[in-house]
Amino acid sequence: MTTKKRIKTITRGTLQDTLASGGCGACQNSCQSACKTSLTVSNQPCAREGQ
Amino acid sequence: MIPEPAIHRFSLGNTKLVVDVNSGALHQVDDVTWAVLEYYREKEREEIINRLQGSFPRGAVEEALAELDELCREGLLYSPAPPLPEDLWPGESQVKALCLHVAHDCNLRCRYCFGDTGGYGGDRALMSAEVGRRAVDFLLENSGPRPLCEIDFFGGEPLLNMAVVQEVVRYAREEGAKRGKEFKFTLTTNGVLLDEEARSFLNENNISVVLSIDGRPEIHDRMRTFPGGRGSYHHILPRLQAMAVSRPPEDCVIRGTFTRYNLDFSRDVLHLADLGFSNLSLEPVVAKEGGYALTWEDLPAIFAEYEALAQAYLERHREGRPFSYYHFEVYFNQGPCLYKRISGCGAGHEYFAVAPTGELYPCHQFVGRDEFLLGTVYQGVLKPGLCRQFQEAHVYNKGECASCWARFYCSGGCHANNHLFTGDLLTPYPLGCELSKKRIECALAVQAELAAAGEEQ
Repeated sequence: MTTKKRIKTITRGTLQDTLASGGCGACQNSCQSACKTSLTVSNQPCAREGQ
Repeated sequence: MIPEPAIHRFSLGNTKLVVDVNSGALHQVDDVTWAVLEYYREKEREEIINRLQGSFPRGAVEEALAELDELCREGLLYSPAPPLPEDLWPGESQVKALCLHVAHDCNLRCRYCFGDTGGYGGDRALMSAEVGRRAVDFLLENSGPRPLCEIDFFGGEPLLNMAVVQEVVRYAREEGAKRGKEFKFTLTTNGVLLDEEARSFLNENNISVVLSIDGRPEIHDRMRTFPGGRGSYHHILPRLQAMAVSRPPEDCVIRGTFTRYNLDFSRDVLHLADLGFSNLSLEPVVAKEGGYALTWEDLPAIFAEYEALAQAYLERHREGRPFSYYHFEVYFNQGPCLYKRISGCGAGHEYFAVAPTGELYPCHQFVGRDEFLLGTVYQGVLKPGLCRQFQEAHVYNKGECASCWARFYCSGGCHANNHLFTGDLLTPYPLGCELSKKRIECALAVQAELAAAGEEQ
């Protein structure tokens, strides 16, 4: 977290960085339907080794 | 379609937040910066200062402008959209996971069941051990070099066919070991048959469980009834509690549904937390008709309720008795990569559902819809073109998503819901989008609060 006078950065974006490392596909399958509990992919941790 | 640079600003309580859509950066801003952002990039600097001169001192506005400029230079605001990776789907698709419908039958008659209370529009049936084993073979043969395969036991009610669940687990472990592959299992159950024997088997075999309960007794019993109409709450509760205390929370999700009948659903989440359950999820019902279906008129009430839930979630954290609510658990630093966020759930190419007969469908929600029958576990996929359609149904190919700030959080939503409501895999289910965006705002706000609280300690 970095703080300026008027803006506090809660988290720096990392999405673009992940393009360089590529998608390894190791993450768990993520159903997005309500009946399986998901709907959002973003609440799934990355499973890449070393993360 | 590569989207434009964009931000999204929103507030929850007194917290004002700004998301940089393409990088995922999240900023908390003060009142001056919030006001400046109304015009930033739209108006010249002097005009912004003039417009705000009645509200804020010139010096403060200039400070805010300077800080925003700095964030832009750092790539943390209005960052460019990432290109579509050329290797989004490298080579042959690999199957990651299967959803085994071991029982197209159920011992409950939940009124909102998308699976026709177990039969999925067809005959009630149980999967044979032979089909179950063949499904394991299909997964092993089509999972390429992946070391981990996933199987979800689903239904209907999978505990109605426990013998086949046990056989599939045994067979998968045996065959997986021969090929150097491991299996992760999950079982979704309504809890009616979750006795000590079933619990022991699930625990001894490290099978994660998803347990269904909707919240307060009267809410649960209105929708989740036995065939005779009697509510199931008091029957299942002790069984679910016994299961939950015997497992680490991360392996035991408590999952419910809210409908138009309980728009005060934060009370149901808190009821479940008060019962001692700690890993919770309560989902909006997906239904086109029926008095319980959510409507556009319900949105203000639902939004207010998500905000109330966010406040309650934070209060319980502050009081030292936190619970996990699935939709609020957004990972800031270890979330999924852009590949995953663009591509979504993988239904129809990485993930299939297997009906009791061995028929393959893109996912459990498509089971029984003839136009989505893809093949069988014996013949494999017979409609690769349809699989390709699912592969291509990603965020960058969905028109509405290109202008939506939430695209890298929701990944374009659920294919089955999108198709059910719009008739098109590429057109998102609009009511679902609104719910999803509100949940994500609440999630970002609560995680920002928790991060700030952690920083202060």
